[in-house]
Amino acid sequence: MTTLGERVVKVRSKNAGPFWVTIDIFCGDAATFADITTRLDTATVARLFATPLQLVRRFDIADLHVIKLSLPRPVVQGAADDRDMHGAQWAHLLSEMAL
Amino acid sequence: MPTRVLVPSGVLGLGFDRAALARGVAMAPDIIAIDGGSTDSGPFSLGAGQSKYARAATMAEWRDLMAARAALGVPLVIGTAGTCGTDATVDWMHDITAEIAAETGARLRVARLYCSQPAARVAAALAAGRITPLTPAPAISAEALAAMTNIVALAGAEQMQAALATGADIVIAGRMTDTATIAALPLLRGENAGACWHGAKIAECGALCSTNPTSGVIVVDFDTTGFTVEAMAESALCTPHSVSAHMLYENTDPYILHEPGGHLDVTQARYTAPDARRVRVEGSVWVPGGYTVKLEGARVAGYQTTIIAVLRDAHYAAHARDWVARLTGYLEGAIGRQMGLAPGSYSLDFRLIGVDAALGVLENRAGSPVEVGVLGIITAPSQALASEIGKLINPFVLHYPLTDGEELPTFAFPYSPATTDRGALYAFALNHVMALDDPMAAFRLTVTEVGA
Repeated sequence: MTTLGERVVKVRSKNAGPFWVTIDIFCGDAATFADITTRLDTATVARLFATPLQLVRRFDIADLHVIKLSLPRPVVQGAADDRDMHGAQWAHLLSEMAL
Repeated sequence: MPTRVLVPSGVLGLGFDRAALARGVAMAPDIIAIDGGSTDSGPFSLGAGQSKYARAATMAEWRDLMAARAALGVPLVIGTAGTCGTDATVDWMHDITAEIAAETGARLRVARLYCSQPAARVAAALAAGRITPLTPAPAISAEALAAMTNIVALAGAEQMQAALATGADIVIAGRMTDTATIAALPLLRGENAGACWHGAKIAECGALCSTNPTSGVIVVDFDTTGFTVEAMAESALCTPHSVSAHMLYENTDPYILHEPGGHLDVTQARYTAPDARRVRVEGSVWVPGGYTVKLEGARVAGYQTTIIAVLRDAHYAAHARDWVARLTGYLEGAIGRQMGLAPGSYSLDFRLIGVDAALGVLENRAGSPVEVGVLGIITAPSQALASEIGKLINPFVLHYPLTDGEELPTFAFPYSPATTDRGALYAFALNHVMALDDPMAAFRLTVTEVGA
């Protein structure tokens, strides 16, 4: 089974302020971008992060061959139950997701 | 007349290429602008009102930038001084500046822009309906505001312009938006407003918008129709892709950026390459709006003590989750019996490094780790209580058996004592904006002279 990470150049995540995390999927070329944009289901991403679908913002940016997803951090940055201060490890959940 | 801004790096304290800085200085910029902070490392800096970077690193870099300023005779400005931009870190940065000025024998006019907010001011604005929550926002009240250790408002371009208007050689600003520090002068000189904010956003992380992100130094030329950006390190190229991709970075929305007094819309921006090193951007639009400033605040959310044990025994490593569940049950009982504390009055959280320490309940992979690190985090209402709980659980974290009747295991403690007091746990407590009639209403400016 192919994972998203095997198909694209890079998946990264990072805090966008203390309350949001943003994930960038760099597809690398127009053909991959076109393919991934149709196969990546935003609802699946929302489930992966246990986040309500209506709070997930998605931008398909053709010029950059990038799909960007922004969602409220599963845990506010620095809270007692936060496990990843910079939010960079969440990318791997998405990268390892089966397409 | 274009306005040329030299940005030495994304943040003071992280380093920049000295040769690239010299190239930037040779291009005769109108101002040197650098950011001094962010919330990226978490709430500690704002909570405690301290810089996260070493004073020595900050001073070494600031000395170079002050020398560059002296050579050019243009203003040197820093936004969000000392990571969090509280009044205390502005003064910390001022002390460093005064020390360097005394060393070099320079006499300098220094403006300080203070951005800390008295809780009473924010509470009055809350009562007047002038505070609006963003999504998601913690609940606030006058009491909650009064309990915060630090509250800052993010200044925009207007406050930096007021500081520049004092004729200061150096401006040390408290919390500002990352972009406003850079956008202030070109906006003041009437360059295209969309270009000013967009170019500032591209430049705010230094050479991160180039092909050599760690080289630091970039120069942006702002004019009445757009901006042109160039990295100063020989090895760093700005390409339409590297520059436009920077709008993705740490932004929830890659097209819209909210600032005090309006927002930037880059939906129609066009990125072109005049040559192999530079990128030209036109078509960004500034949309004026109401004057609001974002607030940041932090509060103490308890005190922590931590403990680390390593399970190398293959059986324990394979059953680490069961072990922690059994251990936790036992410890909650013991803490209740011996200290009279109910589980809800403190927290005891064991993270299994090698199992799911980074992702927690979201983790969906399982493996067979050689060993498992057990990081115990105790959070309690006082440090004394957290430390006491740490001492109480210490022998059990070392020896607790997986099953009844087996010989007591002994795990690996990496150091003695096994527990570490972490001090206060701070929490971000505001994600709100405050409306202002006058941009300076929530900010203070002082001008002093330092040096020989």
